[in-house]
Amino acid sequence: MNLRKWLDRIEPKFLKGGSLQAFYPLYEAIDTALYTPGKTTAGATHVRDGIDLKRIMITVWLAAWIPGFFGMFFVGLQANEAMQTLGQTELAGWRGWFLNMLTGFDPNSVWDNFLHGFFYFMPIYIVTFTAGILAEAVFASRRGHEINEGFFVTSILYSLTLPATTPLWMVALGIVFGVVIGKEVFGGTGKNFLNPALTGRVFLYFAYPAQMSGDAVWVPVDGHTGATALGALATDGGYNTSWLTAFIGNIPGSMGETSTLAILLGASMLLIMRIASWRIMLGCLVGMVAMASFFNLVGSDDNPMFAIPWYWHLVLGGFAFGTVYMATDPVSAAMTDRGRLYYGFLVGVFCVLIRVANPAFPEGMMLAILFGNLFAPLCDYVVVQNNIKRRKRRMAHSG
Amino acid sequence: MAASKDALVDPIFNNNPIALQVLGICSALAITISMAQTLVMCAAVIFVLGMSSLIISAIRHWIPINIRIIVQMIIISSLVIVVDQFLKAFAYEISKSLSVFVGLIITNCIVLGRAEAFAMQNPPWLSFLDGIGNALGYSVILILVAFIREVFGAGTLLGYPVLATVGDGGWYQTNGLLLLSPSAFFIIGLLIWVLRAWKPAQVERPEYTIAPNLQYSEHYQHSKS
Repeated sequence: MNLRKWLDRIEPKFLKGGSLQAFYPLYEAIDTALYTPGKTTAGATHVRDGIDLKRIMITVWLAAWIPGFFGMFFVGLQANEAMQTLGQTELAGWRGWFLNMLTGFDPNSVWDNFLHGFFYFMPIYIVTFTAGILAEAVFASRRGHEINEGFFVTSILYSLTLPATTPLWMVALGIVFGVVIGKEVFGGTGKNFLNPALTGRVFLYFAYPAQMSGDAVWVPVDGHTGATALGALATDGGYNTSWLTAFIGNIPGSMGETSTLAILLGASMLLIMRIASWRIMLGCLVGMVAMASFFNLVGSDDNPMFAIPWYWHLVLGGFAFGTVYMATDPVSAAMTDRGRLYYGFLVGVFCVLIRVANPAFPEGMMLAILFGNLFAPLCDYVVVQNNIKRRKRRMAHSG
Repeated sequence: MAASKDALVDPIFNNNPIALQVLGICSALAITISMAQTLVMCAAVIFVLGMSSLIISAIRHWIPINIRIIVQMIIISSLVIVVDQFLKAFAYEISKSLSVFVGLIITNCIVLGRAEAFAMQNPPWLSFLDGIGNALGYSVILILVAFIREVFGAGTLLGYPVLATVGDGGWYQTNGLLLLSPSAFFIIGLLIWVLRAWKPAQVERPEYTIAPNLQYSEHYQHSKS
């Protein structure tokens, strides 16, 4: 008996009046994740493309694995290098149990590096997915809506923004906060005004700053410290890496944000498939370049952050990751085409403004995007009102 | 008797000034970081609100209607200054940590709100009970918020350790977000959620209705027919 037949056979139990009615969202989620949604358009429509929300979300999810794999590799590489320097040859704890058995800790071996990083990323991802989907399932059953594929994207983006050493209970707490407060209290996917992944991340950032920032959390080796490039700039005023290294991604940072190269690959995938809005990405880039150039021009005697050129802003911290994966979230971004440009520009400007001008936050992309989310409806409002005014003027002239 | 009981008890859960009327939020955010501060603040508000309602109600027939807000403000601010001076004299440390927020009771919307909405139309005893009741409703929410913030944010209650924090070699990782004022927004929001789940009559009518999310199969059957 095949899976399709089995799913069809048990479906009546989940429909209205069936014995397992309360679990319909779970059934629906599994069915449509495995097979195409059965809903098709009937009659003449304006649909130009067979793509739907489910496919959009899965494509973003797949694209997010590109920086994910790069991130795992570089986390492992840095950890293995640190272990070599410190003279450690074995890892303690349950991760060590697996890794000691499966592989060595040789920083020259691609496989060793990747596997080491994999054992930091995957537990975080699995916990994120399980905790988040449970929270979502509770709301879906209570409120009778479906478990949305949006959560696939939320889960991977959230995991990728975390440092490799994040304790797993914190991971679970953060994603539950993100899903419940960032999304479900407003009615679920499509009705949230903040990016749920970033809502969870920002909760952890303010709740547990010691585990989310500083210079001991990025490389998962006890006794090793490695500041992020932005953190080092804020404290010492100098670059602790070369531009090319930062571009490729061999720098300390959250797991998915380090490799600008991988993020550009992901971005090209999203842009070629026309999944993410190029206007938002362009707006972010232009805003960042404009604000960085402005600070370069103004200059400052006591704040070295003023002098960072735009091409450094691009490869450091979460700017690239945020621009490509976070700011382009179709729900919390602006909806109008021109509004998307304004919104992106605002995010870029605020990112540099927070990085440079606020000594408390060496990195500002997360806060900039959440700030941009709040202004997205205003961007749309301005665009719509301007359009109404322009058409009125045209009417007056022609009439 | 029923009227006076209602005036006292109703504002605590059924018509809570914070949870239903959403007034007095500023101080609820600012001072709920520790239980000791919160208790002093609640006591101050209970005194000011009770006395101001009583006095304003007692002289309500002699207050010229055009300048009534000014008269109410004078009475309220005099009471607040009394409280402020009293705290400075007898509880200097607490008064320092509460800083401007005792003075800001003057601008607490609940105080002026009760004076305008209740004390100006009702006899003194009833107004007094109404003031006390509203201050108690305010206090209930504040104490709940302060409890959550101090216990989970610092691991202490009234300064005594209740959860062994990691900093002291224990197991509890303190939540720094709860020590920041905005966390009170989340907590008050969640308390309102709980309260409205308990008393559905408080749920506001939606300003507009969104079409329901149909389950896929219903949608499918709908489009077939």
